[in-house]
Amino acid sequence: MTTFLAFTVFGLFSGAAYAIAASGLVLTYTTTRVFNIAHGALGMVMSFVFWDFSVRQGLPTWLALVLVLLVVAPATGWLLQRFVTRGLGEGPVSVALVVTVGLLVGCIGFATQIWPPEARSVLPFFPTTSFEVGGVIITGHQLLTIVLSAATALGLYLLLNRTRIGTAMRASVDNPELLRLFGGKPDTAAALSWAIGVALAALAGVLLVSQVGLDYYALTLLVINAYAAAMLGRLKSLPMTFAGAMALGLATSYASGYLPTDGLLNSVRNVIPALFLFLVIVLMPQAQLRIGQVKGIVSAPLPSMTKSVGWGAALLLVVALLAGSFADSDLLLVGTAATYAMVMLSLVLLTGYGGHVSLAQLTFAGVGALAYAKLDEPNLYGLALSALIAAGVGALVALPVLRLTGLYLALSTMAFAYLMDKMVFQAEFAFGFNGTLPAERMSVLGTSITSTGGYVMLMAVFFVLTALALLLLRRGPVGRLLIAMRDSPAACGTLGLDLRWFRVALFGLSAGMAGLAGALYAGLRQTIGAADFQFFNSLPLLLLAVVFGVTSVTGATLGGIGLMLLPVMQSDHPGIAGLIFAVIGFGAVAAGRDPNGLANQLFRVGRLAETRLLPQVRERLPRLPERGEVDAPAEAVVPGLADQRPDSRPDSRKVPAHVAP
Amino acid sequence: MSLLEVDDVVVQFGGVTAVNHASFAAHAGRITGLIGPNGAGKTTCFNVISGLQRPTRGKVRFDGRGVTRLPVHRRSKRGMGRTFQRLEAFGSLSVRENVRVAFDIHRGPIGWIRPSSADVDALLERVGIASYAGERADSIPTGTARLLELARCLAGQPKLLLLDEPSSGLDETETDAFGELLQELAAEGRAILMVEHDMDLVMGVCDDIHVLDFGSVIASGPPSLIRSDPAVQQAYLGYSDVEDAADSADSADSADDPATVTQVLPVVHEEVR
Repeated sequence: MTTFLAFTVFGLFSGAAYAIAASGLVLTYTTTRVFNIAHGALGMVMSFVFWDFSVRQGLPTWLALVLVLLVVAPATGWLLQRFVTRGLGEGPVSVALVVTVGLLVGCIGFATQIWPPEARSVLPFFPTTSFEVGGVIITGHQLLTIVLSAATALGLYLLLNRTRIGTAMRASVDNPELLRLFGGKPDTAAALSWAIGVALAALAGVLLVSQVGLDYYALTLLVINAYAAAMLGRLKSLPMTFAGAMALGLATSYASGYLPTDGLLNSVRNVIPALFLFLVIVLMPQAQLRIGQVKGIVSAPLPSMTKSVGWGAALLLVVALLAGSFADSDLLLVGTAATYAMVMLSLVLLTGYGGHVSLAQLTFAGVGALAYAKLDEPNLYGLALSALIAAGVGALVALPVLRLTGLYLALSTMAFAYLMDKMVFQAEFAFGFNGTLPAERMSVLGTSITSTGGYVMLMAVFFVLTALALLLLRRGPVGRLLIAMRDSPAACGTLGLDLRWFRVALFGLSAGMAGLAGALYAGLRQTIGAADFQFFNSLPLLLLAVVFGVTSVTGATLGGIGLMLLPVMQSDHPGIAGLIFAVIGFGAVAAGRDPNGLANQLFRVGRLAETRLLPQVRERLPRLPERGEVDAPAEAVVPGLADQRPDSRPDSRKVPAHVAP
Repeated sequence: MSLLEVDDVVVQFGGVTAVNHASFAAHAGRITGLIGPNGAGKTTCFNVISGLQRPTRGKVRFDGRGVTRLPVHRRSKRGMGRTFQRLEAFGSLSVRENVRVAFDIHRGPIGWIRPSSADVDALLERVGIASYAGERADSIPTGTARLLELARCLAGQPKLLLLDEPSSGLDETETDAFGELLQELAAEGRAILMVEHDMDLVMGVCDDIHVLDFGSVIASGPPSLIRSDPAVQQAYLGYSDVEDAADSADSADSADDPATVTQVLPVVHEEVR
């Protein structure tokens, strides 16, 4: 009984801390419609700031606390709203997600850079005070946390219901324009909610840090608990959010006390918040289709097929040259880049064309790799089967959240990735705890490809083929439907499209592409383990894809190379490892609004060359039959293609028609 | 027998009753007008009929079967088509591609083999926007975009057309042509239910009119009766003449208009992105 009570007290303590974090999340979301995935990361940074003030600089604890909670955190929130998240809530959900994921990664990079890894500790508040109630010891810190969480609840209630600005905050979510019309100040309300939100994240972080330890990742991921709690309140209701947080705190505490310490159930204890989140999302009621145009949708460039094939051939040539001249260790890097580029292609389909965000793309690649290693069929059949299995898993993830959209789909992929990483990949039947599996290089139609150079060439061929298939898909009815669904789901629905199954198919296809990449990667490395597909790495993958351009094959290629170089650069220059992360994260924050990314700048240069230089070159050449005379009949042969020609659309002039695969 | 029956429908958003025990019908081959002041619940009725909003109470019957709990896309398959008051064109596709998508959805994957270009062009010709075919849908004028939405709907061969303020953004000549098009479409056997503020158009083409005020149907009947109905005149803010009222409603009709926004507001509140 005493142990039970002890676990209850501990559960209430952590639940109270989660509740503080979750209420901040709900506040910012309801006021600005931006779901801040970086909420936990901000709490983490604030805990480091608190440590810096109180331990490193030796300020009195109360002063450090006041500075962090009332100055640094609110100022950060205010600045974030002003310069980063303003207007995001009215745009596509995918943009807001990418920007806040960028913020998360940027925060981790920032913290790693400013406070390099070393042993640090923060003492609990009132370390010497404790009370005994019924044989159970409650520390002063625990009591303080519970009291503060109640105070937060009361304060938020009073703010939202009893003050003018609070009413404005509740109103601005529905229609900021309307609020402005009636003399309210939606921007002030939004900025205030972010200031309070980050302060609450900081408070939760500071309260938890003595328990969890000062760690870049642990505190950042603790926010999954906050998401889960906030989801129970459907991101709207604060009382439900508090109830969810308490339930979660208790469940986690009891699990650590009573679950067996071996077997699969042991790993359950680490993933309770993710399971909880997944469950809550699955049980959410049907979402209504969003009516009203989404602002700021960018259309994807569409290259002509001739150019795509040309650039594909050029890429293969380059890889062939590299395969002939590089050492094996360097070729492995080229193969890794090809893997990442293929995974990013799956994001081009899902995010660039479809407007959905997945935070589990590397996990799907892991599923493909696991299937390939387990099947032990190193040939095209085994490869195809692995991709199919990954596609099936992807569809399964999307299936329970069939009725929901955007944000919830993305969050469930995050919960899924976390579950896979902590529970499935590490399990005995998979890679094993910190274990690896052997995988053979595959043979194509009886010819086995054992040399690394040959295998990398094979991967490049697969990449080019996948990219061409993707571009073909984009030109056809499916591509049009994807764009239509992104532009107006409500119109698609009223025209008779079953969005739910279409979305499941889209997720499945995208996961299958990632799985194919994973299976090829397994063959490349020949040993493969859970460490290759860590949950967290899906985030920089998404960010780099967006920074380089998630709407084009060029972007995926560049992004793949970039992600491959990331660990290389970090090990070459360990001093700026955090800085690199911060640059990527904050780069994504800056570039998130334009998913055409850096690739678009490249197209612009290409277009310039085409319009300015090419005519000059042509003038100097002896006159041959005009290009147009040759081209026009060739196009008439393909029925229905004429109206898709990029030139026939006004916007595509901004986006030149060539894309290097 | 009527093609569409709305039976005692109630829609509440929190404490606000947007539609209050509304019942009305639409018949095949006839044009039915749904009019009323801003905020009367017209668009909410459309959302209930097309399935974008689940009613708190009441039933919707279509083509002899209950559809109240049917998802949006299934209603479309049964023969409903609708346009939107706030435009829902596929902005980053061309006008022609917009209609192609509608054909693609209607015909399903197997039908994709059959080229739809000729059908698409014929449809664009019919609603009179063929000259915009190659332009991006977010760059065309509002009136044209409304016609585009109509063309997109027609691709699905609907038995019932729900048109939400189809003529706003059209000039006088265009409105006249549009009226003729509506009568042609109805003559082909379609039922048309139309929310509209242009009283000349409504009185000119509608066979039946239902008037909504504060979510309730306050009058139903042919245009001649509606014109002289005292309750209707009262609903239009005491104007003695319905047409004057309509003019003022028309000029006030814009997306930023507070009354319009409050009507849409609760929907925004409920949706989950």
